[in-house]
Amino acid sequence: MLEIKDLYASVQGKEILKGLSLKIGAGEVHAIMGPNGAGKSTTSYALAGREGYDVTSGSVTFKGEDLLALKAEERAAKGLFLAFQYPLEIPGVSNLTFLKTAVNSQARLRGEADLDAVQFLKFVRTTAKTLNVSEDMLKRPLNVGFSGGEKKRNEVLQMAMLKPSLAILDETDSGLDIDALKVVAEGVNALRAPDRSFLVITHYQRLLDYIVPDFVHVLAGGRIVRSGDKSLALLLEEQGYEALTEKAA
Amino acid sequence: MTQEADTLKELADQKYKYGFVSDIESELAPKGLSEETVRYISAKKNEPDWMLDWRLAAFRRWKTMTEPKWARVHYPPIDFQDAYYYAAPKVKKPAPASLDEVDPELIKTYEKLGIPLSEQKMLTGVAVDAVFDSVSVATTFKSKLEEVGVIFCPISEALAKHPDLVRKYLGTVVPVADNFYATLNSAVFSDGSFVYIPEGVRCPMELSTYFRINASNTGQFERTIIIADKGAYVSYLEGCTAPMRDENQLHAAVVELVALEGAEIKYSTVQNWYPGDETGKGGIYNFVTKRGDCRGANSKISWTQVETGSSITWKYPSCILRGENSVGEFYSIAIANHFQQADTGTKMIHLGKNTKSRIISKGISAGSAQNTYRGLVRVHHKAEGARNFTQCDSLLLGSKCGAHTVPYIESRNPSAILEHEATTSKISDDQLFYCQSRGIPAEEAVALIVNGFCKEVLQQLPMEFAVEAQKLVGISLEGSVG
Repeated sequence: MLEIKDLYASVQGKEILKGLSLKIGAGEVHAIMGPNGAGKSTTSYALAGREGYDVTSGSVTFKGEDLLALKAEERAAKGLFLAFQYPLEIPGVSNLTFLKTAVNSQARLRGEADLDAVQFLKFVRTTAKTLNVSEDMLKRPLNVGFSGGEKKRNEVLQMAMLKPSLAILDETDSGLDIDALKVVAEGVNALRAPDRSFLVITHYQRLLDYIVPDFVHVLAGGRIVRSGDKSLALLLEEQGYEALTEKAA
Repeated sequence: MTQEADTLKELADQKYKYGFVSDIESELAPKGLSEETVRYISAKKNEPDWMLDWRLAAFRRWKTMTEPKWARVHYPPIDFQDAYYYAAPKVKKPAPASLDEVDPELIKTYEKLGIPLSEQKMLTGVAVDAVFDSVSVATTFKSKLEEVGVIFCPISEALAKHPDLVRKYLGTVVPVADNFYATLNSAVFSDGSFVYIPEGVRCPMELSTYFRINASNTGQFERTIIIADKGAYVSYLEGCTAPMRDENQLHAAVVELVALEGAEIKYSTVQNWYPGDETGKGGIYNFVTKRGDCRGANSKISWTQVETGSSITWKYPSCILRGENSVGEFYSIAIANHFQQADTGTKMIHLGKNTKSRIISKGISAGSAQNTYRGLVRVHHKAEGARNFTQCDSLLLGSKCGAHTVPYIESRNPSAILEHEATTSKISDDQLFYCQSRGIPAEEAVALIVNGFCKEVLQQLPMEFAVEAQKLVGISLEGSVG
């Protein structure tokens, strides 16, 4: 699905990623954990194609294609999705309009026809219901006045509508209380499928109690310093980043 | 920041879709402006003597006046002698009696513009009075309107058929000596629409005029008069385009609205005159005087404008709230890209008791454009209980453009309640990336965000034009992000 090889990336001239390598197979759930400043957000932005996150060397292959050659919107149309740590507000644009624009825009980039409006509405409504996204939230301007939990549920709704092959969750647990966290995790778990992979980026182990990963990686100093199964997350929680990263170094 | 600037620059490089020139022979008045020109125009129109005298008086007055300089717009001096003041498509026969007799080239032009001129296509229920350069070409749906007593025709026809009605209202809202451009218009106006809605009649369809400047070196000076008699209602829409030309062309229109007791006029404009190229060359100078008079009690006048074109826009659709409890509204979207300059806003003059006004202005600046909101809210000492709410929002794309808000508030009555809110914001990189990460290309993302920003105003437009206006908002900003 995704293969990152020896990736170096810098932001405003400062090198953040220093030789990151990672391979994610179809249907797998990987978690990247790491202390502040390890390069977690840079990883997600570099993969999603944000301007200003310059890859200086290395390669990223997504579904057999050179991901780095694509624009952000083309990556999305290819099946990459990034759930934001802080979803943006767009005043005056209803949630529904935004979803429809995104779905149709991706279809167009793939050379497909626009979605039938009636079918689209039906699909949104059923999906929204399972995620506890109210009709009112669909009509309100995108993320404007949404609570932290509402914003994150809305991210999962977008994910469900866009049906990505690889979903990156960037610190999705930040700012969520335990109930909101459960709803979001359930939403994500419902989307798990043999042809869909997840990369969960998080600071805390807590989220991984609910979204159980197949692999856990520790990111420090811009590269993966340790990999293991889900027990690694527990070990991290117990011993702290410092102990583990020191050992690795 | 630089990335954003590049992106914005790219989005600002849009193509003007309506820049074609129709190959139609024009009949021109002698170049330049003199009493002869005025007489020529009046004679062409077979006007009554009083009309010619009125024009000549305006012309003499105009010669003593100077151009207004207070607006935040800059342009080289205009040589008023170096333009044609009348251009009519040459007709083989005298006035066409039906659509079949209209020059097929003209019909083709309107089809390119997307104006459904033939009545068969008029499923949208819009009656169109199409003005091409200086002459109305065809007015559709006339008979249906006549049934309910609505007069909707070119003003030259109204002068011939309803001279007393025209004489009663002409110049009563915008006096001859009002301002330099209005006075110029009074002297040389060559066409425009005349609308009269009789007492108690709700006009059965949207009325629409389509203006297009085709001939080169011509000015377009139309005069539109709309009268809604007691308890009447009308919704009127005008659209404008012009071909691409290197020289600047002048458009100085005057619109006068009169709402009598309990009447309501809704006037919408989608202005898409040629804005000039990316370097600021060419484009229309849009110097327009629009004013509505809420003459009767409980009357209402509502202006909605979507201004995306013209190299310079100088326009302040206003309301005189004379009647008690009368209501004035101004909803505006002004988009300025590249080197466009827009100085637009409104005047709400509260004269009557318990008069209310509402101003919602959305200015969008991109490229190197300058966008100014200039508004006046004046409460007369007799205007007990007057209320105004003003909201001016500016959105900036890039760092080379400017947004300016110049509100004047004058209150002579202590019971008045006036509110003014203003915001300035920028489309952030974060917002753009968020949209892109969902598969929406930057250019579409800008259109989406700007449309959201303008929503309150777009909602005021008649349904069939709201969609078109939404697209136009996107097109106007193409090339300002990448």
